[in-house]
Amino acid sequence: MNGSVVFGDSAAAVTVRNLRVGFGSAEPVVRGVSFAVAPGECLAIVGESGSGKSVTARSLLGLAGTNARVSADRLELGGQSVLGLAGRAWQARRGKDVGLVLQDALVSLDPLRPIGREIADSLRLHTTLGAAGRARRVLELLDAVGLPEPELQVRKLSGQLSGGERQRALIAAAIALNPPLLIADEPTTALDVTVQAQILALLEQITGAGTAVLLISHDLAVVSRVAHRVAVMYDGQLVETGRTPEVLGSPQQEQTRRMVAAIPGDKPRGTRLSPSDGPDTPSGLTATGDSRAEVSPESTVVLEAIGLSKSFRRQDGTRQLAVDDVSFALHRGSTLGIVGESGSGKTTTARLLLALLAPDHGEVRVFGEPWSTTSEKTRRGLRASVGAIYQDALGSFDPRWSVAEILTDALHLRHERGAPHTTARLTSLLDEVGLAPTVLPRRPLELSGGQRQRVGIARALAGRPEILICDEPVSSLDVTVQAQVLDLLDDVQRERGLSLIFISHDLGVVQHVSDHIAIMRDGRIVEMGPAERVFAAPQHPYSAQLLAAVPRLRA
Amino acid sequence: MSDLEVQAGLAAQSRQSGPSRRLGVAETAAGVLALFLLVSAVVPQLLAPGDPLAIDPLSAFQPPNLAHGFGTDESGRDIYSRVVHGTQYSLVIGAVATAIGLGLGILLGTLAGMLGRVVDFTVNRFLEVLFAFPGLLLALLFIVIFGPGVVTATIAVGLSTAPGYARIIRAQLITVRSQAFVEAATVLGRTRWQILLRHILPNTLAPLFVLATLGVGQAIVWAATLSYLGLGAEPPTSEWGAMLSAGRTYITSAWWMSFFPGLFIVLTAVTATVLGRSIDRRMRHA
Repeated sequence: MNGSVVFGDSAAAVTVRNLRVGFGSAEPVVRGVSFAVAPGECLAIVGESGSGKSVTARSLLGLAGTNARVSADRLELGGQSVLGLAGRAWQARRGKDVGLVLQDALVSLDPLRPIGREIADSLRLHTTLGAAGRARRVLELLDAVGLPEPELQVRKLSGQLSGGERQRALIAAAIALNPPLLIADEPTTALDVTVQAQILALLEQITGAGTAVLLISHDLAVVSRVAHRVAVMYDGQLVETGRTPEVLGSPQQEQTRRMVAAIPGDKPRGTRLSPSDGPDTPSGLTATGDSRAEVSPESTVVLEAIGLSKSFRRQDGTRQLAVDDVSFALHRGSTLGIVGESGSGKTTTARLLLALLAPDHGEVRVFGEPWSTTSEKTRRGLRASVGAIYQDALGSFDPRWSVAEILTDALHLRHERGAPHTTARLTSLLDEVGLAPTVLPRRPLELSGGQRQRVGIARALAGRPEILICDEPVSSLDVTVQAQVLDLLDDVQRERGLSLIFISHDLGVVQHVSDHIAIMRDGRIVEMGPAERVFAAPQHPYSAQLLAAVPRLRA
Repeated sequence: MSDLEVQAGLAAQSRQSGPSRRLGVAETAAGVLALFLLVSAVVPQLLAPGDPLAIDPLSAFQPPNLAHGFGTDESGRDIYSRVVHGTQYSLVIGAVATAIGLGLGILLGTLAGMLGRVVDFTVNRFLEVLFAFPGLLLALLFIVIFGPGVVTATIAVGLSTAPGYARIIRAQLITVRSQAFVEAATVLGRTRWQILLRHILPNTLAPLFVLATLGVGQAIVWAATLSYLGLGAEPPTSEWGAMLSAGRTYITSAWWMSFFPGLFIVLTAVTATVLGRSIDRRMRHA
């Protein structure tokens, strides 16, 4: 590799040729990646966790890690090679030549320093501006990223800002020196959809102003909104690169096709999202909605919430209504989707339905019998018929237990090693959720995210429940794994005639799985009705706003 | 030999057997020392065939030499024999005292953590009162009431360590209690007691055994302190603290009389600490 400065396409803000990154003596995690981003262009690198997209982005900042081996034929920022730069030389470039926006703004900002000082830092290090000049520039920046009343905001600590405001502050810090290239690594992943839409608009505006933006994301829908070009990364390589509409509209590669197909969005209810993996699963892409019990007003109500309210004491002593007069009915064999942004009270609702919390007012009835108003002792007899699936599958398992112990416990059996009836039941349970018996001796910590959630579903099914309450069951999964888990839930629902409460912040997922849908905001249900009707013609202004904010594939 | 040490030892052995787990210098040294101390406690005759109580006035106050490696005391007793034979007192006192402290701590901590606000408040205030006294003062108080001796000293040390354990167990219990898997067990229809016994206690206590290993060293030092003050083992007994106390009178002329018992107190405490930390580290990475 020659170390001399190579002048390439002077037009490109960043040029990467044959980038390889490895750690220690292990196989490289980035294997020969090439791309270029022109000023005013947004390139998105999309891939699932472990595909190497973040490592690629970090290599452009010299932040791949101390034990990383980075090599490339060309690695240029603004036409100048940055290959082999050492610590101090990198410091001079970061911020000035390339800015970075990270996923979690809460941990990216110092909690004890006002955001104004945080933003002014890079100005102090890289410019000759005086204190007054810096202060003026910080206000300009905050204004540019759309933070209202910048004079008040500069003195706030990161903890006093909302998620969206923090992300804006972080973007302000990243663009403070007008770097020709901005790298945004999952910039909207932790945000609610309406806030996400605002941040995406801001990124679009920055691109429009002539900055090159490299967007790293796992979410194809987010990308389709802002990126001019998309590069799909898989196993350390770019498998497909092209203009966004073409890549998403007619994907050429298997991996891209799978990712596009896995997006639930407005695909009809019952459509399979993942390629079928065995002879015993129904063949892919056939609508099977007809086999589902038609929900008519006369059909049996299995779970009912009547005027539920729950408030919590705030730190200052006042009470906050987390759930406010929520009523709904779940019919046998159907799915009720509950959607809302963070703080809308959906998780509190789930906990009330599971009788982990007692409501202040109102009650929950299961099969028409009192549920929330009786004692835990009487409830315990019915517990088996109400199963739960959690967002954090790993946290919901006792860390000392193996999969076999978890499932045996759920089957109400004593742990007898090798007893045939137990093993047979465990195996059939695992088979139902698509896991091989080889996972039995392993602990959940050793399993992948998708496998963990499958074990979680197996545990919920072990007690032969009739109702499943799923609280964000797929939010922490990659999109193709999410597709498999959604398909699995669909299968078990059809086979066992289950009734589901499906809670999620992801409207696309909820739209795909739900017969009925309830939209929550500030603890209230603002709109409820058949899923198709609500998505086609939302009545409440908030529903309409929420639906409009959902990123859709723009192919 | 207490169960506690056996467990700690077994845990250390089984963890060390893994291929990727290398032992540090400190850990190896601590392991060798622990072995030496265990043999001294179980079969002292093997390492020191002589009688620790045999008096030989003619060879009193001999500095360390070939016949008496650690020298002799004012009555001509071999200090090496006495130190080796004294190991059992220290280890048993340390282990039993820790077991008492841990047992009481588990009881109090579980009560506070599980039985609701009123019990929690009461237990906490009680613990705070105990915390107001330095541990040793608490032990002294107990001995003043029940009279000196090895048994009372052991109980006294155990009692004075209990509040610390109780606090840690309560905090750990509250953390574990609010974790998702406990909630999941409730949803599956488990009773409070089943959840306490099957999920909460095992997850609370596992990290505590590491702490207990560290506690044994502390308890040994405290027990020796009590003996040094003349409130534990009585003088002819070859207990380390009592030997220190006896040597104090002659510290300017016969340094070895207090040096070697003191050295062993320090070595034992350090060994327990190093082993405890090592087990802790390995459990965290496991």
